[in-house]
Amino acid sequence: MTTLDAPVQRNLRGRLGDSVTRPDGRAKVDGSFAFASDLHADAMLWGKTLRSPHPFARIVRLDVGAAWKIPGVACVITADDVPGKATYGLIESDQPVFARDIVRYHGEPICAVAATDTETARRALAAIVVEYEVLDPLTDAREAIERGSIFKHQRVVRGDQNVQGEVQVEGTYELGMQDQAFLGLEAALALPDGEGGVELHVATQWLHEDRKQIAACLALAEDRIHLVLGGVGGAFGAREDISLQVHACMLALRAGRPVKMQYARDESFHGHVHRHPAQIWMRHHATRDGRLVRVEASYVFDGGAYASTSSAVLVNGVTQAQGPYGCDNATVEGWAVRTNNPPCGAMRGFGVVQGCFAHEGQMDKLAAACGLDPIELRLRNAMKTGDVMITGQVMRNVAPVERLLRECAALPMPSEPVGGHDANVLRLPGGVGLTADLSRVRRGVGYAASIKNLMYSDGFDDYSTARCVLADGRATLKFATSEVGQGFVTIAGQIARSVLGIDDVTIDTIDTQIGSSGSTSASRQTWMSGGAVHAACVAVRAALFAAVAADTGLVAEDLVIDGDAVIDTMGSYRVSVAEITRARRFDATAEYHHPPTVELDENGQGNVHTAFAFAVHRAVVDVDIDLGTVRVVQIATAQDIGVALNPLSVIGQIEGGIAQGLGLAVMEEIVVERGVVRNASFTDYLLPTTLDTPDVVIALIEEREPLAPLGAKGVGESPTVSSTPAIVAAMRAATGLDLARVPVRPADIALAGFSVR
Amino acid sequence: MSRLHYRLRVNAESREVRDAYVTDSLLTVLRDRLGLYGTKGACEQGECGSCSVLIDGDLVCACLVLAASVAETDIVTVEGIGVPGVLTDVQQAFIDQGAVQCGFCTPGLVVAVEDLLRQDAAPSEMHVKEALSGNICRCTGYGRIFAAVEQVVALRGAR
Repeated sequence: MTTLDAPVQRNLRGRLGDSVTRPDGRAKVDGSFAFASDLHADAMLWGKTLRSPHPFARIVRLDVGAAWKIPGVACVITADDVPGKATYGLIESDQPVFARDIVRYHGEPICAVAATDTETARRALAAIVVEYEVLDPLTDAREAIERGSIFKHQRVVRGDQNVQGEVQVEGTYELGMQDQAFLGLEAALALPDGEGGVELHVATQWLHEDRKQIAACLALAEDRIHLVLGGVGGAFGAREDISLQVHACMLALRAGRPVKMQYARDESFHGHVHRHPAQIWMRHHATRDGRLVRVEASYVFDGGAYASTSSAVLVNGVTQAQGPYGCDNATVEGWAVRTNNPPCGAMRGFGVVQGCFAHEGQMDKLAAACGLDPIELRLRNAMKTGDVMITGQVMRNVAPVERLLRECAALPMPSEPVGGHDANVLRLPGGVGLTADLSRVRRGVGYAASIKNLMYSDGFDDYSTARCVLADGRATLKFATSEVGQGFVTIAGQIARSVLGIDDVTIDTIDTQIGSSGSTSASRQTWMSGGAVHAACVAVRAALFAAVAADTGLVAEDLVIDGDAVIDTMGSYRVSVAEITRARRFDATAEYHHPPTVELDENGQGNVHTAFAFAVHRAVVDVDIDLGTVRVVQIATAQDIGVALNPLSVIGQIEGGIAQGLGLAVMEEIVVERGVVRNASFTDYLLPTTLDTPDVVIALIEEREPLAPLGAKGVGESPTVSSTPAIVAAMRAATGLDLARVPVRPADIALAGFSVR
Repeated sequence: MSRLHYRLRVNAESREVRDAYVTDSLLTVLRDRLGLYGTKGACEQGECGSCSVLIDGDLVCACLVLAASVAETDIVTVEGIGVPGVLTDVQQAFIDQGAVQCGFCTPGLVVAVEDLLRQDAAPSEMHVKEALSGNICRCTGYGRIFAAVEQVVALRGAR
């Protein structure tokens, strides 16, 4: 069940609140949509990267001479060829464009080649000689703390540091390294402009930030570099950092020809950052009736070899350690550490996923210790608007946690018994392997609740820019907002149609020919770029009303848009916008800024976050207690969304986010042994398929957010945050095991002994 | 490595492939030599289904097929599904039901769903799930894709 009962029929022109379908849908279903990997140019070369096979080593010798001699090789570039800054990075510029002297993670780029075709490029890489002195990698996060290899340390200290609860529960939780695993691999086409500048078509989450970092590395002014969004095949955080951008531009400028780069799947696993693996200890103090007294927590995030966004991931984690609950006292400490593991950074949920897995495990332990139902315990602690969080920040947003809990719990349970009504083996854990014995399959139910900050934090002004041109009854919108699949291009059109009373909206090329829109991350674009598009459209509408007033003598303030027309609320004037704008042009650009945030102080206090959203998930799972296999039967969720600007799109985000949370719960992990990635392929890195994903039952909780420009909260991350702990809670209920680590592997259940009931 | 010349019959059209590497997969040839970019590559191990095409009516991953080995076959890619310029009911259903987000898996899924519904006009829920389990979608969680299949089944059944 979802809130959508009837098929949506060909609704390309709806307004806010309608389930409008995607403007790029047609091109995406007929195969003509140009993803970055589909771009090509005449006389184009192919770029390829040589990467380190070692997680930590000294480069003793690098000899690229043989590669230059291969017919068809246009150029070979190394660290010596970087014209500007030798490093890049989102927060700290510490990641080398190419390794020089030292490699610090498995897969670090050493050099790159451009050749006439991919096979020649591959042979050129094979001809390059690199001699390494292999060093002993630092791969243990706790050892990194001891050795002082730390990106950031942050405490969050509030209230009474000594208060003890009548009831105390404690646990240590661990999360493996998850990959974003977008389907559309990293790809870009770099075109030299013949005057020393370059145009880069690239699949990215943030054009302007890419440009800034590329410009520094190329020692070019930013206006010499033009970035255009190539079609993006998913992102989920993995395209926030630079991957092949600088390499592609360098190759193109050096060769004086267009260069295309496109990673293969194994290279993609090395080429982008991942979700931080984490170890989190928590002790919850509560009264005997289950009211939180104090939360103690210790977080360790393994940031891998380079900084990326580790410090921000840490801040997100530690500042929301209490979860969606009121709690006056907190003793929280966290570290993001540097190791020789693969670099970690942004992935959907950004530091909150890890913390939520821990605090929700704790809430269930607390419920058990207090003899309360898990929902009842959470209801007794549910955060409300006006509560003071552990950072001292007051919750100013709609915070319907109590309602989410009640509505999620009230959603229908699956009707099917274990194994289903039809005795189809596919409904058993293990599927067609026929390995599950029905009598040994146990069903479990579990809940989890989450809080997730929206937009950027910690004093960062992540504004967005948009332009609206209205002429001849058509609006043209221009922005640099990365469309990565989330559907901002749909929402943008809905905004323009709603504000301006027109049907035809064109989305201009998404590129750097306008101000920044910030990153497509942190659940922020509907709020931020939606706010910018809305402001630009409202400015255009104001100019339109002023023009009508000047023409007619009416009062501009009395004019409103009604359907497709401008009408006078005080009289009978009614003329369509299309007619008014015939041979007339209105043009406005707007920036939207959210209210400022501040950097945390040393005790983790301050108004660090912009806004928050909440969700509750309930999971029903069937577990084969002998083999440890699991089938997630159903996920029910109630989500705080503000308002649904496009219900179809919201549901897509929720269902998709849940699938990624399921992946982290039961199958997805990059296996890293002593710094070496062992499963850089889709054969070995498991992703949820149609057979793994559950029925999803959704209650959209619409309480308009007064602080949001359109009343809507970002919806993309919450589904991923609390679905994982809900699934594991259900598995604990089915097995009676602690299951303190995700992904839960079959051995964690099957080899846990016979302690299962 | 020796280079080959051969012809492929793609979407009912005979296409020449010149100077191809013996090792070129059908995926590589379709995209980089014939310019048919609708067929996507995402794993090149036959795990994700993004490169699903039909060879003599069989649904296969183009990344697992040596192009030179299918010279005498009929190959259908997403560009050859239905009539040019007109969306099939499957394609339309994907749009209507929100089964498309980033869209990278979509061409492969369209081919796979066309194939499924050609074999079984009214597949059960579990048949749909099994038939599409070789097509990974990272965005949607599959719910809207199932809804798209249901729309096609319902509309075809109503005809």
